[in-house]
Amino acid sequence: MSALLELRGVHAAYGQTRVLHGVDLTVEQGGVTALLGANGAGKTTTLRAVCGMVRTEGEVHLAGERIEGKATEDIARRGVAHVPDGRGTFMELTVEENFRLGAYIRRDREVESDFELMFGYFPRLRQRWKQQAGTLSGGEQQMLAIARALLLRPRLLLLDEPSFGLAPLIVQDIFTILRRVREAQGVGILIVEQNANLALDVADRAYLLETGRIVVSGPAHEIREDEQIRRSYLGY
Amino acid sequence: MQGLAHQLIAGIATGGIYASVALALVMIYQSTHHLNFAQGEMATFSTYIALTLIQAGLPYWVAFAATLVISFGIGVFTERILLRPMHNASVLANVGVFIGLLLVFRNAMGWMFEYTIKSFPSPFESDTPLLGGLVSGHELGSTAVTLVVLGLVFVFFRYTKLGLAMRAAAFNASSSKLVGIRVGWMLALGWGLAATIGAIAGMMIAPVVFLEPNMMLGILLYAFAGALLGGIDNPGGAVIGGFAVGVIENLGGAYLVGTELKLTLALVIIICVLLVKPSGLFGRVVQSRV
Repeated sequence: MSALLELRGVHAAYGQTRVLHGVDLTVEQGGVTALLGANGAGKTTTLRAVCGMVRTEGEVHLAGERIEGKATEDIARRGVAHVPDGRGTFMELTVEENFRLGAYIRRDREVESDFELMFGYFPRLRQRWKQQAGTLSGGEQQMLAIARALLLRPRLLLLDEPSFGLAPLIVQDIFTILRRVREAQGVGILIVEQNANLALDVADRAYLLETGRIVVSGPAHEIREDEQIRRSYLGY
Repeated sequence: MQGLAHQLIAGIATGGIYASVALALVMIYQSTHHLNFAQGEMATFSTYIALTLIQAGLPYWVAFAATLVISFGIGVFTERILLRPMHNASVLANVGVFIGLLLVFRNAMGWMFEYTIKSFPSPFESDTPLLGGLVSGHELGSTAVTLVVLGLVFVFFRYTKLGLAMRAAAFNASSSKLVGIRVGWMLALGWGLAATIGAIAGMMIAPVVFLEPNMMLGILLYAFAGALLGGIDNPGGAVIGGFAVGVIENLGGAYLVGTELKLTLALVIIICVLLVKPSGLFGRVVQSRV
């Protein structure tokens, strides 16, 4: 089985500030890869490098195709859905309009039935259907952001700190749904998290990023059980 | 009483023109946060194209339709060639481009069509007074055209997938790219639509004010006042503001300051809005919770 996403020696920079120094990383078809690390390690930048939002050197392969240097919208059209930090929802538009935009590139006739699928995952969004997205609670906004991304019918889902700023119970909900999504849709997930415990629970591979370099990589359960790594990098 | 009613109706008729131009300004402002100073000149240019086509022997409505298509093309072309390289440039650089665009269009018109004032035909019988002399055929017809255009624009943005994508691109370009919207082309489409709406406004006002390269100068100012009054980031508000300015201008001109000082009213409105309520009457207030 070939990898869904493969980064080889990826460098990225904002103007003169170099943030990534040769990142190698893999997400398998239908697999979940966790990307961990402290603030400023380059986690968010790694996701941005995948979807062409930052100047990148090195190779980014999506199911065998080189996608580095392509425009963000063209990468999205190849089945990469990104839930960025700040969630990337359209605050001024209604929940319904956010749904429709999520499915913007699709030409198939199953969009409406996918709406129902999303209501299955996130029943609260049905009640908020005609409401402006900016008026939703933080948890609802995160749900909307994930639903918006899934409506693209992605091959690869990029999640940037889905737990950020949310109450623990809501975080639990969201991660339960992510597990269901992974099983039901066979979508590969690359998840960036501050909450390492949570991410390692759902992931099968994990990478630890420190100042733009991968310092540890391996199966998620091994990293979770490694006292040394936990103490020195994950801090719990 | 008769006079007041007439001024009111005339105000609504010209207000429709201001509303159209205000809408064109706001459409571009929403997605780029720049005001297209050349919007009026582009509309006048389109009107000259219409006149050329009519003089070439085309029936009015055929020339009208052809002008819309050509104007749309000019709008898209202008954005792609001149504004696209400026996407990441500073505000002043953009202002420079807009002023340059204004000068280019104005002087191109003088060069191609001469500076002399020309009359422009109205498709509506303007001699027959209706409603007992209250309203001319052209006032009624141009108001109807304006309302149809505004309605179509509303339906387009509210109910079509492309309209939704254009709104999304205007609100949030980076999120739009993440769902696969080609944001650059949405901007170009917006320019095309704005130029088309401007062209209609130009063709509707030209029979009233006569055609010359500076025809839209004052109208752009009134439209800008209308857009500010309604809320520069709210298309619906800008339309209402445009109509309101039309009525204020006509009533004020007739009963308050006289025709010579009418344009001052636009400036007064602009200053009052900026002083009292900078977001305008219907300015968008984005509610957000974190």
